[in-house]
Amino acid sequence: MAHPMRGATAITGLGMTPMGRIFGKSATELAADAVKLAIADAGLRKDQIDGLLTNAGVTNAIGLNMQNYLGMKDLRLLNHMNAAGSTAAQMVQYAALAINAGMANHVVCVFADNPLSGGSGSGAAYAGAARAPGRPKGMAGLYTAAGYFGANTGYALAARRHMALYGTTQDQLGIIAVGQRAWATKSPIAQMRQPITLEDYHNSRWIIEPLHLLDCCLVSNGAVAVIVSSATAAKSMPQPPAYIWGMGQGHPGDPQRAGWDQETETGGNLAGKTAYAMAGVGPADVSQCQLYDCYTYTVLVTLEDYGFCGKGEGGPFVEDGKLGPGGALPTNTGGGELSGYYMWGMTPLSEAIIQTRGQGGERQAKNDVVLCTGNGGTLAYHGALILSPHAT
Amino acid sequence: MALNVVATTKPIPEPDEASQPFFDGARAGKLMLMRCAECGEFRMPARMHCDACLATATEWVEASGRGTVRTFGVMHQKYHAGFLEETPYNLAVVELEEGPRLVTNIVETANAAIAVGMPVTVAFTDYEDVSLPKFRPA
Ligand SMILES: [Zn+2]
Repeated sequence: MAHPMRGATAITGLGMTPMGRIFGKSATELAADAVKLAIADAGLRKDQIDGLLTNAGVTNAIGLNMQNYLGMKDLRLLNHMNAAGSTAAQMVQYAALAINAGMANHVVCVFADNPLSGGSGSGAAYAGAARAPGRPKGMAGLYTAAGYFGANTGYALAARRHMALYGTTQDQLGIIAVGQRAWATKSPIAQMRQPITLEDYHNSRWIIEPLHLLDCCLVSNGAVAVIVSSATAAKSMPQPPAYIWGMGQGHPGDPQRAGWDQETETGGNLAGKTAYAMAGVGPADVSQCQLYDCYTYTVLVTLEDYGFCGKGEGGPFVEDGKLGPGGALPTNTGGGELSGYYMWGMTPLSEAIIQTRGQGGERQAKNDVVLCTGNGGTLAYHGALILSPHAT
Repeated sequence: MALNVVATTKPIPEPDEASQPFFDGARAGKLMLMRCAECGEFRMPARMHCDACLATATEWVEASGRGTVRTFGVMHQKYHAGFLEETPYNLAVVELEEGPRLVTNIVETANAAIAVGMPVTVAFTDYEDVSLPKFRPA
């Protein structure tokens, strides 16, 4: 018997502001723009929205006050959520559960961030402890004392371990970057649309070995909002419904001692198992992937943990270019966070919705079963959605 | 043992209450670890509750100082003025033979000579008012 949540809800609205080096609006204003676009996209009136979930990016600049900024009266569901890059998928999950339980009808989920300011480089917003004033306290300060700064460090350390354990190569990481850039050239909303070669990848400067600049995601200002509704309501709404077939989470934990292997064995495995079981599908049924790709390595290890290949086989798996245009497993078809835009988990989610609707234009790929993943922290927090244009 | 005094503007930590024995030990050339007095699991970083059994009773034990490089990176990005002179510099996660993992630097070797799985041993670096455990090839 099918899982009761399979196909019970759908994503019915999508609103995206301009993204990238977009200045002159606060995160709250960007969020409101995205919500307005999503409501119009869904063919709803604002007073039909009875649930609001918010997620702030690195600037932590939006929260529960969005309700009042948007003038939303008598919400039946409201929360400010934070599970880092897995939040976007999680917001959709909690919205779907609430809708299916009769707690709300149409829930808007919004992410907004504006880490870039006119004069600053992309890295400044994510430098982490390097910007903290004063001396660090206690053993946590061993990180900064060793020169461990920003997300780049944790992912470089994770990628290095994978390379050492399994023979994953710099070329294999580079092929992911090249493939996603090829997709980005086909997307009018991607920030980076100049094609790159594997040679360009190797020539891009080191950030922290083994990560080149082209292994690392963009930093973007902007906002994305999505609306979740019941499948029944979705059928009479203007956009092709993106039915939610499966949902799952996985959070492995990392107490910093022997026996825990979060660098190479992520919570994607647990999230995937739950989502596949709910959807009644497996990796062989997946038509395309929209994977959280803060780094090339994140894509590689995510493919392993969602069962597309065995543990440690991610490098050889991607080597033939199967993730890129024309490949057997179209992945991050909007360019992803590496080449498209960096809206945390809204990057894979927004492209998953566009693709599930069949609105991908030049970059449209087969879309019967779309896997969308979120990842946050250093491979610490994972959320998965399986979407389909088919109700059943 | 303490090797040399390093003048620095690096973000060097100061002890808090939970970690005072770690820093006292490091100053004396000993790598001290907090261990659960109930179940024997190590706590990293030093803190009130055991993450295995949630007990609060603690004891401090001296580690052997031996471990292996679990992973490492070589930083080229210029994040902090205190590191400019030595960039590109290495940083590593060392897994001690007792189990806990420490974020540290590998000293007394070239960055290109560092490898995952390499055996290392503790070598303290003295800063103005604290000493910190670094590791060198064993
Ligand atoms: Zn214990």
